[in-house]
Amino acid sequence: MNLQNPKKFKMMIDQARDVAINVLRPISRKYDKAEHAYPKELDMLASLIDGMNEGGEGINAGAAGAGKRGDTDNEGIRNGTNMSTALGIIEMCYGDTGLLLSMPRQGLGNSAIAAVANDEQLERFKGTWAAMAITEPGCGSDSAAIRTTATKDGDDYILNGEKIFVTSGERADSVVVWATLDRKLGRAAIKSFVVPKGTPGMKVERLEHKLGIKASDTAVISFIDCRVPAENLLGNAEVDVAKGFAGVMETFDNTRPLVAAMAIGCAKASLERIKEIFKDQLDPDYSTPYLHASNLTAQIYRMEAEWEAARLLMLKATWMADNKKPNSKEASIAKAKAGRVGNEITLKCVELAASVGYNEDELLEKWARDSKILDIFEGTQQIQQLIIARRELGKSSSELK
Amino acid sequence: MTSMINKAQGLGLSLITRLAGSDVLDQLKLRKFVEKSLYQGSKAGFRALTQTQKAFKPKQISQQRLPRQQKNLFDLSLTEEQQMTSEAMSQFAQEVLLGLAHDADQAAQFPESLWQYVEDLGLNYYALPEALGGVATEQNIVSNVLIAEKLAEGDFSLTAGLLSTFSVINAITRWGSAEVQSMYLPCFAEDADITATFAVQEATPAFNPYTLKTKASLENDQYFIDGEKTLVILGDLADVFLVSADFNGEPDMFVVQSNETISIKNTPAMGLKAAETATLRFNHTPALRLGATDFDYTAFLDLGNLMWCAMAVGTCEAVKTYCIKYANERTAFGEPISHRQSVAFMIADMAIEIDAMRMLILNAASLAESGKPFHREAYLAHLLCAEKSMKIGTDGVQILGGHGFTKEHPVERWYRDLRATAILQSGLHA
Repeated sequence: MNLQNPKKFKMMIDQARDVAINVLRPISRKYDKAEHAYPKELDMLASLIDGMNEGGEGINAGAAGAGKRGDTDNEGIRNGTNMSTALGIIEMCYGDTGLLLSMPRQGLGNSAIAAVANDEQLERFKGTWAAMAITEPGCGSDSAAIRTTATKDGDDYILNGEKIFVTSGERADSVVVWATLDRKLGRAAIKSFVVPKGTPGMKVERLEHKLGIKASDTAVISFIDCRVPAENLLGNAEVDVAKGFAGVMETFDNTRPLVAAMAIGCAKASLERIKEIFKDQLDPDYSTPYLHASNLTAQIYRMEAEWEAARLLMLKATWMADNKKPNSKEASIAKAKAGRVGNEITLKCVELAASVGYNEDELLEKWARDSKILDIFEGTQQIQQLIIARRELGKSSSELK
Repeated sequence: MTSMINKAQGLGLSLITRLAGSDVLDQLKLRKFVEKSLYQGSKAGFRALTQTQKAFKPKQISQQRLPRQQKNLFDLSLTEEQQMTSEAMSQFAQEVLLGLAHDADQAAQFPESLWQYVEDLGLNYYALPEALGGVATEQNIVSNVLIAEKLAEGDFSLTAGLLSTFSVINAITRWGSAEVQSMYLPCFAEDADITATFAVQEATPAFNPYTLKTKASLENDQYFIDGEKTLVILGDLADVFLVSADFNGEPDMFVVQSNETISIKNTPAMGLKAAETATLRFNHTPALRLGATDFDYTAFLDLGNLMWCAMAVGTCEAVKTYCIKYANERTAFGEPISHRQSVAFMIADMAIEIDAMRMLILNAASLAESGKPFHREAYLAHLLCAEKSMKIGTDGVQILGGHGFTKEHPVERWYRDLRATAILQSGLHA
């Protein structure tokens, strides 16, 4: 039993932290102000990260590293890519969550490709920067109800529909689009398609203006008779009613812990800053019993306890993925805990710093805006609670709605 | 009641038989542990309840310290030994403790029948170093908190009682000077009847374990204790007490034997009833100083708090299990109440926070047994467990509504017991 970060990731974590402090933080406010401007500084950083990854255990700054389940030939306990990716993300989001989400070739679509693509597709889509398009104007959390259709036509599928909230939808090389082969067959008929940028019929309609993570572009994309080769359908084209949604949902088991890692990284920024601001009033040795600590100190200790809990739950979910243990519930637990705790901490830190935290001179107010999305996307707090409750109570989605 | 005890005794034997037939026993040096506990268990005869003063015969031994564990990878898996122990404790909790808990709480009495199991479970041998006939070859703090968690799935108060002697042995093994160890460890190894407990809480609002009213004094190389301690688990039955006291302005730990300088008053509390909490008054009681040069009072407190935290997690598991069953069976407005998000989300939150508490405890315990600093982690674990376990306790009653408020259901007992998590400082030891 050991819950400390493995030593072999130390260098990677240190590198990611250096990047966070020296590359991301200096441009953090700039791209919070210049919403929709492309953070060109990231191109060089992305190439650097690609290079490090070619050489072995580098930073997986985004979602691309997740989904690689543990090697089958390896005996014993593994600390693998799911965990190292999450540990890298914590540090990068400690720098800036919006910029992390804008990292080229590290989109959530890459995660979907890693999780469900076959070997031929993995090879063909290697190096692509893939965004993820699930949400529609009329469906958010109930992703089984999507209306975008994919109609087979010869060797192609023809996509029709509208997708919203596509992170990096404008900047990415391609978009992984969820569409249904037959609405009558429900969730089992939902498949994902890789649609390269510039495919006729696909159009970025507009970019959202948001509360936070402004450095990251969030696109509305329409698909009108958009023709995609059949081999761009990820995974199996058969509609397996028995297996249903499972194929697509598997992606979430890998990506939810990563979003949890983002919330943990974002909250870490606030927590470290608030401890710096109040360093003269805090007891670094934790030698004052909780009941005797000042209100300020007690609130900071409490946040720290919640933050540690979220961090360890997230690591547990990635550890399970690396060791091929089913982790759906644990992924949801990590996401639910980190999402709520990350938001609570960043908001509380603004409150504790008062006007200093609320003013734009500090980044505390920015982190409090950025953290909100992390309790929403990749499954809201309430969706995670539903998933966990169904598992605990042994209820189906038709019973516990 | 009698049939319950028969059933319980049957289980104790079947548990041991199952353990004895297991292949992993030999691999893990566990056979010695089980056989030893069996031998000791059958050797110990009828146990008189009236507390008689024990004569402790010291046997010179060299100072014992268990080695630290080495760790490298992040790893949440249990060793085979931990799995087996957890399973055995869990089964014992379900089939023995859960059944005894209600009556023990009502009678505010630790059931006599449980004493046999303390021996059958061989807890003391877990704590004792190999050199003294136990099975501990290295620090097993993770295993100890797992034992506490699993037992507390059966009952919080009974677990406190079951683990008090075990905890004192842990504390003496970890911190005791050669003199203290020579005096007590061989006796614990040879006489399974000896019981021990902690006298550490004081009746001070917002009690601070670093500011003690109980005083220790030194006269002609002999320590004496004066003062009052409360919430002492099984205080009336113990032969040995670990007492915290202020010595020259610093908090420290002392060992005293039950004798006529100590007076006892039963002090029933909101919960922990089956642990027969008592207030002890020490009137110039002769004492030994527990620690040697490596004594660390803060670590001593932390290793106690972790046990209470782990027990809170176990009891919260019991709350959750009970609420799931109830919410699935109870109907309102034509369907099970578990079909309502307001109820279902309370249960989801229980699952989230139980695992959250567990992670913090295991992290602190794992650091501790590898000899690394763990005070921050233990502090944060205690803080989180204090808050979240009480939340789960109160939600447990809420889910059952008015029924939860009655003694027909155990949730009100768990509610009362879980309030203790935030309050207790030390009192057990991992």
